[in-house]
Amino acid sequence: MKRLFAPLILGWLACATPAFAAPLNVVASFSVLGDIVKEVGGDKINLKVLVGPDGDAHTFEPAPIDARELHNADLVFMNGLHLESWMEKLVKASDTKADIVVASTGIIVREMNDDGKTIPDPHAWQDLANGAIYVRNIEAALSAANPADAATYKSNAKVLLARLAQLDKWTRAEIATVPAAKRKVITTHDAFGYFGAAYGVIFFAPSGLSTEAEATAGSLGRLIDQIKHEKINALFIENMTDPRLMNTIARETGAKLGGELFSDALSPADGPAPTYPAMFENNVPKLVAAMKLN
Amino acid sequence: MMMDLYQYLFAPFADYGFMRHALIACLALALGSGPIGTFLVLRRMSLMGDAMSHAILPGAAIGFLIAGLSLWAMSAGGLVVGLAVALLAGLISRVTDLREDASLAGFYLMSLAAGVLIVSLRGSNVDLLHVLFGSILSVDDQALFLVAGIASLTLIALALIYRPLVAECFDPGFLRAVAGRGSLYHVIFLVLVVLNLVAGFQALGTLMAVGLMMLPAAAARFWVIEVWSLAALSIIIAFASGWIGLLVSYHLDLPSGPAIILTAGVFYVASLLIGRHGSVRTRFFPGAHFHEH
Repeated sequence: MKRLFAPLILGWLACATPAFAAPLNVVASFSVLGDIVKEVGGDKINLKVLVGPDGDAHTFEPAPIDARELHNADLVFMNGLHLESWMEKLVKASDTKADIVVASTGIIVREMNDDGKTIPDPHAWQDLANGAIYVRNIEAALSAANPADAATYKSNAKVLLARLAQLDKWTRAEIATVPAAKRKVITTHDAFGYFGAAYGVIFFAPSGLSTEAEATAGSLGRLIDQIKHEKINALFIENMTDPRLMNTIARETGAKLGGELFSDALSPADGPAPTYPAMFENNVPKLVAAMKLN
Repeated sequence: MMMDLYQYLFAPFADYGFMRHALIACLALALGSGPIGTFLVLRRMSLMGDAMSHAILPGAAIGFLIAGLSLWAMSAGGLVVGLAVALLAGLISRVTDLREDASLAGFYLMSLAAGVLIVSLRGSNVDLLHVLFGSILSVDDQALFLVAGIASLTLIALALIYRPLVAECFDPGFLRAVAGRGSLYHVIFLVLVVLNLVAGFQALGTLMAVGLMMLPAAAARFWVIEVWSLAALSIIIAFASGWIGLLVSYHLDLPSGPAIILTAGVFYVASLLIGRHGSVRTRFFPGAHFHEH
């Protein structure tokens, strides 16, 4: 009787503690990161995402409510690599006690050329191997903040990592169906540097790294020459930039618009790319189909 | 030598359809905005164009939020809100003691604030300004038809109300003397102002559109006297600004909208320095050259 009692108490404690502890309040800076945090944290966290679906994290302007979310948070996840240029001010304004976790810590940073300046490319999640690093960083941070739920985070992370590894394999297989010489794509802003490097696709962009840059007549002319010269037909619009410039290029070169790629933001829940894996499942077949026309 | 000149001035337009589209859009904008700007200057309403362009922005934003990136929805939105602000301001100045400029300022500021509010209420943070500030490099056939249509309408309407408009510029009492018709001409003119700002907004972005309206008209004031020649010269300067600005944008790799407006700005500064009438040169160096009066 006594021997039976001790495990019962322990079991009761193990079950009951999480039920009584308030769930961890977690803030993620933008939708892609938010989805990864949601998968790892599961129902053990209370998640708020600052820049929601279709929102541009480059040009986000925080509202007072965002500062309040930050103030009430136990843990804040951001991408880093200068994606969230507004975060530093917001953290100061919110006077938050939360730990700020940079999810991209530990990835190999690519450099980008933006109007002659060399800056780090923030779009690291476009390489699924980096996505896996994000998952591990997020799992470690959540476990440190709330050790009681560490086992749940660990098993959630394991499921997601397996999913990302399988997606990575599938992406490579899909891209491999396109002859190497044809793996060229035009898109509205170069958010696919990591994707290109990881999966062997060359991306050309009419404007610089940031969505803020306005195209000039000279750069547009050079891009059109390049498209004609390299015979590229794969032309893509991202989910938040002005499509009119792409229409101009399509009209001028005869290239076909290959549909919408998701790069910096996920779609709303009813859209084609509501989650991080779904983003790849949307992008890769569209890229492959368009590149085959090159 | 001739080849070089051709390469610099004409080849970009021969080589690229988007440069031709942009140039034709500039021509259409010049034809509409030149005369409208001239009348705004003559009627001492230069700043009204600026106020109206701010008033149009929220209307276009509402159009975008309702129908997405539709040329017609955004133009209609801008037109409706712009007209509402202009007419309300006119009405308030007639029924109350407030002067028209003050009530216009009040309404356009409210409209601007409402626009910002509507945009942020939508929640997601799409870079709306990027969408609202059209780029002259991405003018398509539809936008070209709209701009050209508005230019044609403007020229016809101005031809019809030319005499009373001119009369009122120089004798403000005239329109009051012809009673009810006076405010009719005023309303038609306001409609034309808003229409041309909407056209410019589709091609250049709202704030830039005012530049192509006011700078050539102000520059022309230093060269000619008659109203019709003011309008004609404004058109020429506006079109030349568009052409040169596009070439600057092409050869020097600068954004096209600001390049065009700054070219118009150079015309304006040069005119106020060396123009024939009332310029710095005639004021301080009244030499023998060019003297006709």
